[in-house]
Amino acid sequence: MKVMISAFVAALVIASLAPVVLNQFGWSAAEQASSESVRLD
Amino acid sequence: MNKNLLGAAALVLATLLFNPAWAQESPPVDRTATGGAQTLEDIMRRQEQLKLDESFRSENLGNPANAAPITDQLGTRGGVSDADVWRSIRYNKIDPTIQSPGPANTVMIQDEGIAWYKLREGPVITYGGGALLGIIVLLVVFYFVRGRIMIDGGPAGTTIERFKAIERFGHWLLAGSFIALGLTGLITLMGRSFLIPVMGPDAFATLAAGSKWLHNNVAWAFMLGLVMTFVMWVAHNIPNKLDWQWLKAGGGIFTKGHPSAKKFNAGQKIIFWTVMVLGFSVSLSGLSLLFPFQMPMFADTFGVINSVLGTSLPTDLAPHEEMQYANIWHSIVAFVMMVAIIAHIYIGSVGMEGAFDAMGNGQVDLEWARQHHDLWVAEVEAKQGKGGSS
Repeated sequence: MKVMISAFVAALVIASLAPVVLNQFGWSAAEQASSESVRLD
Repeated sequence: MNKNLLGAAALVLATLLFNPAWAQESPPVDRTATGGAQTLEDIMRRQEQLKLDESFRSENLGNPANAAPITDQLGTRGGVSDADVWRSIRYNKIDPTIQSPGPANTVMIQDEGIAWYKLREGPVITYGGGALLGIIVLLVVFYFVRGRIMIDGGPAGTTIERFKAIERFGHWLLAGSFIALGLTGLITLMGRSFLIPVMGPDAFATLAAGSKWLHNNVAWAFMLGLVMTFVMWVAHNIPNKLDWQWLKAGGGIFTKGHPSAKKFNAGQKIIFWTVMVLGFSVSLSGLSLLFPFQMPMFADTFGVINSVLGTSLPTDLAPHEEMQYANIWHSIVAFVMMVAIIAHIYIGSVGMEGAFDAMGNGQVDLEWARQHHDLWVAEVEAKQGKGGSS
């Protein structure tokens, strides 16, 4: 059962890290739909 | 039996034929009275939800070749009237100048979206939800008819290692993420219809936002689990003659004896390949949805299908249409997977005595193993020497 729990925790850790890693790779949903001239950030 | 099946198939086909929207071809309409524009008959067919050939207006977009000289009346329009321009926008046949990048931004009206919306809110929810309820009812009936599959003669009391820790980790990574994806996917798909009336729009908005975050991000754990289990188990899941014997014996579900099997029997191999093939497919469509407009794949897929099968699936798809096909395909594949996995969960837990231990702590009762995977036990014992069970 320890393995099962650790796999579930690992799934949550991966889910938490995924957006951070994608951001590091430069993925941004905002950049797909707007240019710098119209983005307010 | 075969006659019954044929009869049922004929009934289904006949039902489809009598569906007016699917079966009736659009008859030619005389539009001389309106100068080629919409007629009362067109309006009536649309109201009756009958098939209507829209080309009389979707292709009536003006003709620059017939434009009046630039100095003449309306010459500056270049042979295209206001109505022509609006039809071009309506049927996505213009190439507008835009200030923001992105393939989707050039589409001003995406007409096919309404067909996607109706499919998603109608048949996908109805048949998908029905399939989930159906398999649950079927398993409850099966449980009461067949009962729990017990170890013949009772457990041996000694155990044998069925799965190593890394195998169980990969399985539970895949399983845990799949259950999370299934539940959050159902909330996303069906929440508007079934949850908002119960919990109200404000609470559902929070739930939907959380579901979307979890669904988008736990997908990576699912894909990792899929790769792990594929690498670890593919060699044991290659079909062989033994599987045919196992299937002919019905897996021993309704008979006294247990057909021989190695590490995985034919039923488990079916689950394995179902999960691998559909899991790969649902991952691809999921990636397409996760990175909007960056991974269009349906136009190319339809092109290949058309060239192989001679079909005429659409290959000129708007960016939104690609996403809509990905969304519908993602839902359909996910429902098929959920049906298969619910059956898998049943047989791996309440349906069979001793089965859960294989993934619970990795140690299964030796008698259980001998009854369900006799050839695998023989292989393990031959490797370890007789009496090698723990």
